Amino acid sequence: MATKDIAKIAKDFNDAYKNIKHRIVICGGTGCIAGGSLDVYKAFQTEMEKRNLPCSVEVTKGCRENYLSLSGCRGFCAQGPLVSVGDIFYTKVKVADVPEIIEKTLLKGEVIDRLLYHNPANNQKSKTVADIPFYAKQQRILLADCGRINPEDINEYIAHGGYAQAKRIYLEMTPEQVCKEMIKSGLRGRGGGGFPTGKKWEFARIEPEGKKYVICNADEGDPGAFMDRSVMEGNPNAVLEGMMIAAHAIGADEGYIYVRMEYPLAIKRIRKAIEEAEALGILGENVFGSGKNFKINVMEGAGASVCGEETALIASVDGMPKVKPPFPAHSGLFGKPTVINNVETLATVAKIFEMGPENFAKIGPATSPGTKTFAVTGHIANTGLVEVPMGTTLRQVINDVAGGTTNSDGTVNPEAFKAAQIGGPSGGCLTKEHFDVPLDFDSLKSAGAMVGSGGLVVMNEKTCMVNVARFFLEFTKRESCGKCVPCREGTDQMLSLLTDICEGRGTMKTLETLEDLAKAVQKSSLCALGKTAPNPVLSTLKYFKDEYLAHVVEKRCPAGVCKALAKYEIDPAKCKGCGMCKRACPVQAITGAVGKPHVIDPKKCIKCGSCKSTCKFGAVKIGA
Amino acid sequence: MSDRFKPAAQILKDNNYDSAKLIPILQKVQDAYHFLPEDVMRYIANELNISPAKVFGVATFFAHFAITPKGKHIIRVCNGTACHVKGSAGIIDAVKKKLKLKDGQETTEDLLFTLECVSCLGACGLAPVMVVDDVVHGQVTPAKAEELLDEVIKAEAK
Repeated sequence: MATKDIAKIAKDFNDAYKNIKHRIVICGGTGCIAGGSLDVYKAFQTEMEKRNLPCSVEVTKGCRENYLSLSGCRGFCAQGPLVSVGDIFYTKVKVADVPEIIEKTLLKGEVIDRLLYHNPANNQKSKTVADIPFYAKQQRILLADCGRINPEDINEYIAHGGYAQAKRIYLEMTPEQVCKEMIKSGLRGRGGGGFPTGKKWEFARIEPEGKKYVICNADEGDPGAFMDRSVMEGNPNAVLEGMMIAAHAIGADEGYIYVRMEYPLAIKRIRKAIEEAEALGILGENVFGSGKNFKINVMEGAGASVCGEETALIASVDGMPKVKPPFPAHSGLFGKPTVINNVETLATVAKIFEMGPENFAKIGPATSPGTKTFAVTGHIANTGLVEVPMGTTLRQVINDVAGGTTNSDGTVNPEAFKAAQIGGPSGGCLTKEHFDVPLDFDSLKSAGAMVGSGGLVVMNEKTCMVNVARFFLEFTKRESCGKCVPCREGTDQMLSLLTDICEGRGTMKTLETLEDLAKAVQKSSLCALGKTAPNPVLSTLKYFKDEYLAHVVEKRCPAGVCKALAKYEIDPAKCKGCGMCKRACPVQAITGAVGKPHVIDPKKCIKCGSCKSTCKFGAVKIGA
Repeated sequence: MSDRFKPAAQILKDNNYDSAKLIPILQKVQDAYHFLPEDVMRYIANELNISPAKVFGVATFFAHFAITPKGKHIIRVCNGTACHVKGSAGIIDAVKKKLKLKDGQETTEDLLFTLECVSCLGACGLAPVMVVDDVVHGQVTPAKAEELLDEVIKAEAK
């Protein structure tokens, strides 16, 4: 079938949209849905009906003056459910707040103070998105439409200029020109590797004609990262358009999106977008009358992190990586030339052609141009998804955009910052001394970390870095596919050594062995999973050596996290001398006369915690 | 063919007996049987003309597949980085204690609950996260985790 006229679709949408006086957007991202945003959506519907207010839930000819829609993830997940009425932006909205919002805000234009965002850093309230530092200090190109448009309505994407670039490219540009423009833009792969996207396409383009594939890697397996999920949930059509452009650039007629099964909503929205695009003839045969075909299939992953590695993804039936070369551009899916790009990369493509590659190249540092999304989580005032120009410093992201580090009870305390872990299990730790390091591919690499997919976990002083390294090793050990020995055995042994350190069996020799082993695994593993698995160990050893030493020499965990190294103490001010703990202690480590404060002999104590759980006065505490 | 294999037979047919679709086939089979029983895996191998070892290999490689029966209610506690630094270990301990699960044991004796510790659910903004039968709960504390389990136990008792 012929592709429908997208200019007409955009005009029809915009004409219909003129009827709308008030738009209510309820965030329908995974985070807000968990907070109950779907119930809030339903409450709006019921309440509007009850009051006989004209309300539409889709933009069609003759639609009514109030328009209620869901949006994708707006990235401000900790403040959800998020609701906006026109420009007014409400946070933590509950079903019970809905009648008041309709009564005051929708009908009278009044602002409900209590629902506005309250900035814990300066105690100020913000009325609109533009007033909130979290958003105001970002530069949202990729995420511009996430949270603004209805992700389940392709017409709105088109009305915002969507698929116009794909159309222009299919009709007016040769594959060679497309690759050249991409190289000019300087875009580097956002999945972690940072390989120039245009070059990747060019390699696949120059392969002899025949069957070729485009794969969208949506197997976001790094714990602590959710950029790709948000983009798929918030603007799925941008991903499809990027795949179309990539397909034209290399001469592919088929694409696959490989999504992890942990993302059911993203899968649903991507499938819906594909159906809608097929119905309009944007995907399918003779795309835009160009004589070219392109179809997209969705594949659900089954929970193995290594499948995000490109050769493993291709071989995902058995899920194991292969030796490179041959690179996928030469021999990929079913042995055919294949381009694999990650979600964020693909979703940026149409934007690059819209603004012009030269303009894109001007954003951020010359060697890593463009913007990058980071998932900022952990001990931080404003958890969420942020998009900033590459080269923004860690200080700007943590303090200005995300509102600063917090204590464990949630109060803001920039002084509590200890480290930021970037790049997930493949990445490294950044410390206070890295606060002014620009976040871009090359600067981070020289600091011993990596951009990775963009997970940025902020940790405060109460975090034990040895425990964090152990946590990541647990992950990589579990996810190691077992095909190559250095990764399979190396991660297992590194984990044992780290467990020894955390449980007080470590010696200086353990640290030495750990470092040697880490370097060996780094050099000799087959794929990126193994090669990068030692990074969290090496970077914590480098920047937090004193903490490792405290564990092995003094048998002490400075953060008080490692249970086996905990020191149980009795607070003499609280102890009533009842003797309960003395009776509970299995090794007779507690002494003291009745009615007098008791003491624990640290030499005898086996750290079982019996005294602590027995004490009725909270007198037993764990010291560092 | 016995009735036992009927659901699997239909799934194989829907996928054109294509062995390249082994993962999607196993996903559907697991939905139908709640786990992957050994006899069903052998049956699939036979029908797809591949070795049972291949099917077993894929089934044990991916975290999503279970080769032992799962409980009626699936409790997933996220242990991604963000959840970890925000104290997910305490939640896992609380759930284990409440459900009387021993180390390494995932499913309760009465097959009512299965506890899964997952790497990341992508809801890091709500850390720590616990999912009870596909409903996501954010900013969970050990006490809240116990409450959530109590709700399920109460509903079951009715």
